[in-house]
Amino acid sequence: MAIECLVLGAGQEVGKSCAVVTINGKRIMFDCGMHMGYLDHRRFPDFSLISKSADFNTAIDCIVITHFHLDHVGALPYFTEVCGYSGPIYMTYPTKALSPLMLEDYRKVMVDRRGEQELFSNDDIMKCMKKVIAVDLKQTVQVDKDLQIRAYYAGHVLGAAMFYAKVGDAAMVYTGDYNMTPDRHLGAAQIDRLQLDLLITESTYATTVRDSKYAREREFLKAVHKCVADGGKVLIPTFALGRAQELCILLDNYWERMNLKVPIYFSAGLTIQANMYYKMLISWTNQRVKETYATHNAFDFKNVRSFDRSLINAPGPCVLFATPGMISGGFSLEVFKLWAPSEMNLVTLPGYCLAGTIGHKLTTGKPTKIDLDKDIQISVRCQIHQLSFSPHTDAKGIMDLVKFLSPKHVILVHGEKPKMASLKGKIESDLGIQCYYPANNDTVCIPSTCWLKADTSKTFIRSSLNPNFKFVKTISEDKSNLVSKETEATSVLQVHDERVAEGILIVEKSKKAKVVHQNELLLMIGKDKHDVQFAYCCPVQIGNLERTKGMDFALSKNVVSTSDECSWLHLLFAKLATKLGGNIQDFGQHLQVDSIHISVCLKDICPYRTTDGPQKEPAVFFCCTWSVADVNLAWEIISIMENLDLSII
Amino acid sequence: MAGAGAYGRKSAHSQPNCSKSGLGPGPGPDQPIITCRLLRSLFTPLIQTLRGPILSSSSTSPLIQRRVERPRSTRSLPSVYMKFTCLSKGGNFYFPPCHIITVSGFRILLDCPLDLSSLMIFSPIPTHAFSNPELPSPDSVDQKRQKHERPIDSSELIRAQPWFKTVTSLHLWNVPFIDVVLISSPMGMLGLPFLSRVNGFRAKIYVTEVTARIGQLLMEDLVLMNKEFRQFYGCEESGLPQWMNWEKLESLPSLFREIVLGEDGVELGGWMPLYSADDVKGCMQKVHTLKYAQEVCYNGTLIIKAVSSGLEIGTCNWTINGPKRNIACLSSSIFNSSHAMNFDYHALRGNDLIIYSDLSSPVLEDVKDNSCYSAPTSQKSSTLSADNDQEASAELLLSTSESLEEMEKLNFICSCIIDSVKAGGSVLIPIGRLGIILQLLELISLSLEASSLKVPIFIISSVAEELLAFTNIIPEWLCKQRQEKLFSGEPFFAHTQLIKEKKLHVFPAVHSPNLLKIWQEPCIAFSPHWSLRLGPVVHLLRRWSGDENSLLIMEEGVDADLALLPFKPMAMKVLQCSFLSGIKLQKVQPLLKILQPKFVLFPEDLRQLVSYSDTNSHAFFYYCENETLPVPSLKNSSELEIAADLVSLIHCRRLTAESIGIGRLKGDFSVTHGKHQLHSGSEQADSSQSRPPLLHWGSLDLERLLAVLEKMGIRGSVEQGNSDTDSENARVVHVYEPNKALIEVRENSTIISASNESLSSLIFEAVDGILSGL
Ligand SMILES: [Zn+2]
Ligand SMILES: [Zn+2]
Repeated sequence: MAIECLVLGAGQEVGKSCAVVTINGKRIMFDCGMHMGYLDHRRFPDFSLISKSADFNTAIDCIVITHFHLDHVGALPYFTEVCGYSGPIYMTYPTKALSPLMLEDYRKVMVDRRGEQELFSNDDIMKCMKKVIAVDLKQTVQVDKDLQIRAYYAGHVLGAAMFYAKVGDAAMVYTGDYNMTPDRHLGAAQIDRLQLDLLITESTYATTVRDSKYAREREFLKAVHKCVADGGKVLIPTFALGRAQELCILLDNYWERMNLKVPIYFSAGLTIQANMYYKMLISWTNQRVKETYATHNAFDFKNVRSFDRSLINAPGPCVLFATPGMISGGFSLEVFKLWAPSEMNLVTLPGYCLAGTIGHKLTTGKPTKIDLDKDIQISVRCQIHQLSFSPHTDAKGIMDLVKFLSPKHVILVHGEKPKMASLKGKIESDLGIQCYYPANNDTVCIPSTCWLKADTSKTFIRSSLNPNFKFVKTISEDKSNLVSKETEATSVLQVHDERVAEGILIVEKSKKAKVVHQNELLLMIGKDKHDVQFAYCCPVQIGNLERTKGMDFALSKNVVSTSDECSWLHLLFAKLATKLGGNIQDFGQHLQVDSIHISVCLKDICPYRTTDGPQKEPAVFFCCTWSVADVNLAWEIISIMENLDLSII
Repeated sequence: MAGAGAYGRKSAHSQPNCSKSGLGPGPGPDQPIITCRLLRSLFTPLIQTLRGPILSSSSTSPLIQRRVERPRSTRSLPSVYMKFTCLSKGGNFYFPPCHIITVSGFRILLDCPLDLSSLMIFSPIPTHAFSNPELPSPDSVDQKRQKHERPIDSSELIRAQPWFKTVTSLHLWNVPFIDVVLISSPMGMLGLPFLSRVNGFRAKIYVTEVTARIGQLLMEDLVLMNKEFRQFYGCEESGLPQWMNWEKLESLPSLFREIVLGEDGVELGGWMPLYSADDVKGCMQKVHTLKYAQEVCYNGTLIIKAVSSGLEIGTCNWTINGPKRNIACLSSSIFNSSHAMNFDYHALRGNDLIIYSDLSSPVLEDVKDNSCYSAPTSQKSSTLSADNDQEASAELLLSTSESLEEMEKLNFICSCIIDSVKAGGSVLIPIGRLGIILQLLELISLSLEASSLKVPIFIISSVAEELLAFTNIIPEWLCKQRQEKLFSGEPFFAHTQLIKEKKLHVFPAVHSPNLLKIWQEPCIAFSPHWSLRLGPVVHLLRRWSGDENSLLIMEEGVDADLALLPFKPMAMKVLQCSFLSGIKLQKVQPLLKILQPKFVLFPEDLRQLVSYSDTNSHAFFYYCENETLPVPSLKNSSELEIAADLVSLIHCRRLTAESIGIGRLKGDFSVTHGKHQLHSGSEQADSSQSRPPLLHWGSLDLERLLAVLEKMGIRGSVEQGNSDTDSENARVVHVYEPNKALIEVRENSTIISASNESLSSLIFEAVDGILSGL
């Protein structure tokens, strides 16, 4: 079996995330994003690669959307309403609630401000979202009989999720964007330890390792505070969702703490409305914010009001959140034009701005003038603060996740090619996991786990479940003084647990395979056991009896009487125990190691006594038997015994 | 008012005799499905009949044989059997059933409720208690050994710090032996701190996130309300309270005695003083919360999952998947809820065994039909059983008639409320169902608006504020209609808006300072506790009980006569209403048809209410309280998953003349996620290749053996067994070249004896080549 991953977007780039994965015959599309940097056909994934006949409903079993960012959901209404996909679509509750806001905002910007032809209408967005099935975290969703998916908390933005998918024995995780450290309003990504064949992970910061974000948050607060304290105005261009709420919590808390009265404004009704959603979805935030729901919902911002256009030129300091982010047009641009010329004012921008936006120009150089178009030029004298915290995991976070999940293969997406190459090297060398970073429209094929399923017997399960303890303990009886203090001291209990299961696999044509315990096999196949044993009657020297002082044995030549039998056995035991360690056991009448059985032989003529050469001086015979499993150990013991003199203590 | 008695005696479906006339013959409320009734609280015969069937539901069936078995005795059953013991059938919505099952060797407790209706034998704190600290003697009940045929007098109520009645049979179990506790509803959780505080308690407790939160709030509220008693009666007595003395118990009215001792007289041991706030806290720390459909794996063996039951927000049914069987525990469930996520019965499909534990029906049906074990119900289901069409079953299950019926009930209640406030009376609603409260709030505010009435609504409860806020942040747990509100950005319930508009006021207690400032009558007040013994409701009921325009809304299934005893005489109107609390009996069979289990554990009490056609493939086991049922397993073998790379290592031997291949298998064994798995281990990779066969079968042909040995350069001669008695049937091969050795061959065994290792192994090779082995 194999897993096939077709990367339609975010291959060696950031934008239009879309991966189509085939697992055991099921095909899942992870994310359906658009690329904000392109205005031509490149803005959408090349869906024709999924199905030449554009029959997407048979080609795809389900779509999974990880979060509401446009590079992950932007192409969805196009794919459902224009391309005609009508199968199941899964996303978390917040993503389902917030995606239409993002999509509609984008559509408006495109149509109303840029005057472009719309790719999908508001109606399309609504119809598309109606088809979405909302899921909760950790909920196991049975898409169909064979396909199971499950969402895990990803941090990043409200409702962002990593998705686990399993078909038969093969399983994988697609992370979407995630953050391994908590921020002001969200928790860190969280996932179970899963058995995975494949992990597809984002790699935006494939080579960056960041320090504590608190220092960088303080920097931001200090810059804002200083500006308003000096009577300046702060412009924070953001998208309506995500970063806006995070910064707002940050500022609202800071305002409380510092007892500041300077107004904080939200530009459009959109963001106020977005806060309403955040309030209802507070259980998707981090623990600290979550706990505020009953007394004072953290998204009920105390110091935040909505902005009126007339306030743009009002005197006095203020902080304004304005959409869209990166100053790509709209209201944030309108305000920027008026506020940029004063050095008292401050503009904060995210760490990453798309090429072509004013934000990009401001963060890449230190321009004093920006040409808006042929006629309009803005002089920029205000301060620029670049936010250095990002809702994406850094390289360490990616490595931590890969190590934690230990999948058999990793595919990197959503990153920059050279950085991905370096991360791939690190994953392969440090973790020994095969890693790929395919370009757009490439397919990666990997093998997947396969289990043979067999019926098994109770006896087998029981024997496997029983911890295979080997207790090793010497039984020393008082009636014999032969056991020296020394050997008693070594008679500690030793325990070994070898939980290795052994059984027999039976395969019969057109029947399910069966696994049984060895003892059950013969009954199953209707045969009689034939026991193959080894035997050897081994002489052990007892040397000069004078030296065995204090030992009162009646010895006829070569033969011991029954009453002494035990004493000789104990003596042998003591000797063997010191040489073999704890595995040998004394059962009084015989010694035993696994199948090896040793007892004193009292017969005059024993068939297992090979009297080849001349009889050595006084000896006691020990009859040894064993089965094939212990052949090597048996001969080892025999060679010890043959070189032993029991009279030497 | 002449109508006092008459109007109490009106039938279950009668109209309230309110001034509002339009209600009379109108459509909705006149239909027989409406089970609300308005009655006077004066020990009318109606109230007596009310109690009748409720008690009978748990006592009249002659089929039930009560045996209290010590559970220990059942331990010796082989583990293929699952063991099931019903510890309590429960009573009503507030007192769900409690069972214990043993699966794969693990003991699982299903719910841990409290019987709070038994609080009614206690007297509430007198109103003057706080102004007049003179304590009444705790044992002022002087009339000894009276025969209580006549109605009970309020003076006979026990005047002492109340104790709480737990599930008595649970105390027979050794708490540290419980491995898992599954809680299906907040009501099923109220007894949990008693269990979790026991020394040695180590069970994993699984609860849905929402049930855990609501359950915690309810328990904290209970502790707080109980504190009022402590302040009144002073410190708790050490040891048994006086009222538990045998002499005192004897003198109790028979109804009380039955409540205290149970029908068998064995339940006295179930009474406990309430747990403390710290016990609740400790309990919550031991709870593991889950989402709906989140799988957890207990001990690598059992996969446990909660799926929505529709009864209340966050309530659930449990599925337990073990290596041997799949079990669904079906508690009270509602197909169409107008607040909670619907009963997800699809998720219960594919289980071998269903533990049917929805005992809500008899109470409902009894009250409705005024007869025990109504025949019509069983007829209904038998006509259904003829119909084999699954789709029709599904349609029946999902029909919205139930929820429409519920809505009509709520509307009827609203109209009664409006009538009362119009007449200048206040309305008191002590119902403890969150869903009903949330819906009533919405409906009442709409009705008030429609009648342009400016009557304030109060909720007085220490946990109300948090509970209400909580309901507006849990869209994932609500019904589809409410979820839609999330996607259009509106609050899920109207109360947020009502609070903002100052139409609804929420206070933690009656003596909250701000409450007095804005208090205004008539008003509509929601307040716990439904037993009418604890909480703010006691104060309000005392205040309004004498006002004939005021209205008390109670739930059916609560013994109204007993509940109202301390407030007599009452001029206040009482509206009793039953709410849908589970699966209706006529839906049981269609449901089982869809779920297709192999076994059903079914309550004996419901046996005759549901008839079954022969076409059903599932076998029924009927259970009673305190009887342990062994349930056999269908699967005799378990499944083993073998890693593919391990299989490729196996040396397969083909058995001659048979199409069977056999091979030795060795690997690391693990039990994960309910599956037995064999992984390729660390060491066996090369060792399994060259290992000699350990097991042989067949017989050894001596001629062949000699020939094979010869080829190896080993010579010997055959000699028949000699004097050795042991080796009578043995034939012996004496090997003389290259060294001396001996091979002793019998029908089923061979012994190889040589003084030299290499010779010995050569002989073994020869023997192995002739025998079959593995
Ligand atoms: Zn993102
Ligand atoms: Zn992204």
